[in-house]
Amino acid sequence: MKANPKNVLTGSHYLDGNHASAEGGIAAGCKFFAGYPITPSTEIAERVSRRFPLIGGVFIQMEDELASMAAILGASWGGVKSMSCTSGPGFSLMMENFGLGIMLETPCVLVNVQRGGPSTGLPTLPGQADMMQARWGSHGDYEVIALAPDSPQESFELAIHAFNLSEKYHMPVLVMTDECVGHMTEKVVIPPAEEIELIERRYTDKEPGEAWPYEPTEEGISPFLPVGKGYKFHVTGLTHDYRGYPIINAEAQEANVRRLIDKVNNHVDEIIWLEEKNVEGAEIVVMAYGISSRVIQPAITKARKEGIKVGQIKMVTVWPFPEKRVRELAGQVKSLIMVEMNYGQVFLEMDRCAAGKCQTYLVGHAGGTVHRPDDIYKIIKEAVK
Amino acid sequence: MSTKVIQDQTQEREEHPMERLLRMDRIPHIWCPTCGIGTTVTALAVALEQLQLDLNDVAIVSGIGCTGRVAGYTKLDSFHTTHGRAIPFALGLHIARPDLKVIVFSGDGDLVSIGGNHLIHTARRNVDITVICVNNFIYAMTGGQVAPTTPITARSATSPYGNYEHPFNIPLLTASSGAVYVARWTALHVRRLTVAIKEALTKRGFSFVEVIAPCSTLYARLNKLGSGLDLMKFYHDNSVIRHGADPKEVNIDYQSKIVVGKFVDIEKPTYLDCLNNAYKKKFGDKYKPYGGGNGDK
Amino acid sequence: MKFWRTPLDVDKLKVPRGELHIIKERCKGCGFCVEYCPKGVLELSDEFNSKGYHPPVVVKPDECVNCDLCEMLCPDYAIYCVRVEAEEKEVIN
Repeated sequence: MKANPKNVLTGSHYLDGNHASAEGGIAAGCKFFAGYPITPSTEIAERVSRRFPLIGGVFIQMEDELASMAAILGASWGGVKSMSCTSGPGFSLMMENFGLGIMLETPCVLVNVQRGGPSTGLPTLPGQADMMQARWGSHGDYEVIALAPDSPQESFELAIHAFNLSEKYHMPVLVMTDECVGHMTEKVVIPPAEEIELIERRYTDKEPGEAWPYEPTEEGISPFLPVGKGYKFHVTGLTHDYRGYPIINAEAQEANVRRLIDKVNNHVDEIIWLEEKNVEGAEIVVMAYGISSRVIQPAITKARKEGIKVGQIKMVTVWPFPEKRVRELAGQVKSLIMVEMNYGQVFLEMDRCAAGKCQTYLVGHAGGTVHRPDDIYKIIKEAVK
Repeated sequence: MSTKVIQDQTQEREEHPMERLLRMDRIPHIWCPTCGIGTTVTALAVALEQLQLDLNDVAIVSGIGCTGRVAGYTKLDSFHTTHGRAIPFALGLHIARPDLKVIVFSGDGDLVSIGGNHLIHTARRNVDITVICVNNFIYAMTGGQVAPTTPITARSATSPYGNYEHPFNIPLLTASSGAVYVARWTALHVRRLTVAIKEALTKRGFSFVEVIAPCSTLYARLNKLGSGLDLMKFYHDNSVIRHGADPKEVNIDYQSKIVVGKFVDIEKPTYLDCLNNAYKKKFGDKYKPYGGGNGDK
Repeated sequence: MKFWRTPLDVDKLKVPRGELHIIKERCKGCGFCVEYCPKGVLELSDEFNSKGYHPPVVVKPDECVNCDLCEMLCPDYAIYCVRVEAEEKEVIN
């Protein structure tokens, strides 16, 4: 299904990451946005509030982030693509209802423009320290999909990709950008609507009375039941069975949680998106995501000029983490280096998957600025010894 | 002189009339003997039937708590959401599908404590949903803790020596936030409650009905008030009907007079009315009034 | 039935009659129906249902006027009333 040309601002623009994220959501067909202002994500809400009236969308600034997340779930159940945006403190507030979105299996998109934390932290400066929270922020066992754009152009494209993933896998999808990408202005080329592929929600073809919300299917994703069409379904955040009815015992828990986990784990190969460069025959591989994946470039170029065989992997999807690939690489390279604007979050995953088969290094800091390429270069040199 | 003809009125009902609206595969429900929630659900069911609404067009959203379980027992498109967040969820659902009648059915703790912020803002916006709040003065599901509606001196699991905090006056709270319809009845006034629910459902804007209901296992037991039946007898002897009463004067003190009636019934443009009017004014003919979230299709 | 004055059509009035159906297994013995029946038609019985509650029993079957109050008050959907007696078409002047 193609994007609707009414929504797409085809052309060459000079936009910052936040504006591009908003345009991406709109191009994907988002028609409901509920948010709360929080630096550095506010421009997304502001742009959406400007664009929506003439394209039939509703923007509502909710009273807090808790309400924002609940409202986008409600709108999604009403059949409308919905999104919200926030940053660290708001992300924490949204966690309970994010879990509800996972449990109810509701498609929607949440953009977290990360800033320095913890607590109020550094509102106007970048960080990448919410990555583990993206993975485990809500309580309980579940899997997430989180994307990390590295530029305004990617912010546009990944917003669309996030909507497609959410409609395909029936879950909230995270776009974990950061203040640097969000406030960086670059050229963004928005293609014509016919070139934008959208995945539409799959509704059941069964009659009311014969369809249940969480019917077991081979791929683990059940067709949606439309509201207001006589299906009279029930869905709950309590542990439930295929009928959506709450069942409080260990067997139902096992079945329910397994379903949520398998939904992502059985499709990791389709979901994971890595961009690898010079990894064949590399001695050292540098992994990064978001803005950091651009900052590593000068350091790698410098090291390669000196003959060091260093490759790079940009993680476009950060979650699910590319376990298989890292385990494979760990047996082939000397060192793996993770560059992120925190004191080791996704690094912990890389280290775990390396399982001692190679050296692992973290180039991290508390946030507030992007890395200095020299710091990365130093670690590459260290890793080579 | 007028002539009236009384028609044949034999009614044949083979099953309980409520069964049309209930998920019979989940009955009997979990509510205690002499709990007033079942009665309130009956009032809702009769109201829906008398209004002759197409049940396909009604959605119900509830939160967490004893009353929150209502979504699980009513045979409508129903959503059992997180604690306190039924109202914003219903807001999102309503905006996506303004053609549906969205009902929020939840308890006092859920709507007024953790959900308090959402209650006042959604009332402020005058979003066209109907909220039915079952007030049993306590957090029943979790074992009887004090609630923001618990009267002073009442005992509860977390106010073992008697509550000393001022409780909320819910009609005042919702009326001052901007609700266009505010009424309070007890579970005993089941017929008037049905009328109030019918009025609330047909009213355009944020309509709120508070239902004082007996809680036998927690509120009554912890305060040694007998059973839910004793509480119903108390409502019988101590409720005073005062339509149009000033919401400021309908506080509920411990085991004293309960003022019931319809307190607020005004007209005000709804959230979507205001949205459409403002954009129409700004954009003129370029603006297509919002009628639902699938304008592309 | 007591009136403070006799209505002019008192010989034409037909008081509705109802037949009560009690779903004994659903009853939780709350006593709402017994307490609030305006005609005192019900009483809690001595028998038990399988959950150990005493469901109501009709003690004055001829007094039920099909007001439906028990049906509306019952929190457990365990009692309902069916109108009986097809009435002839009556003309009231």
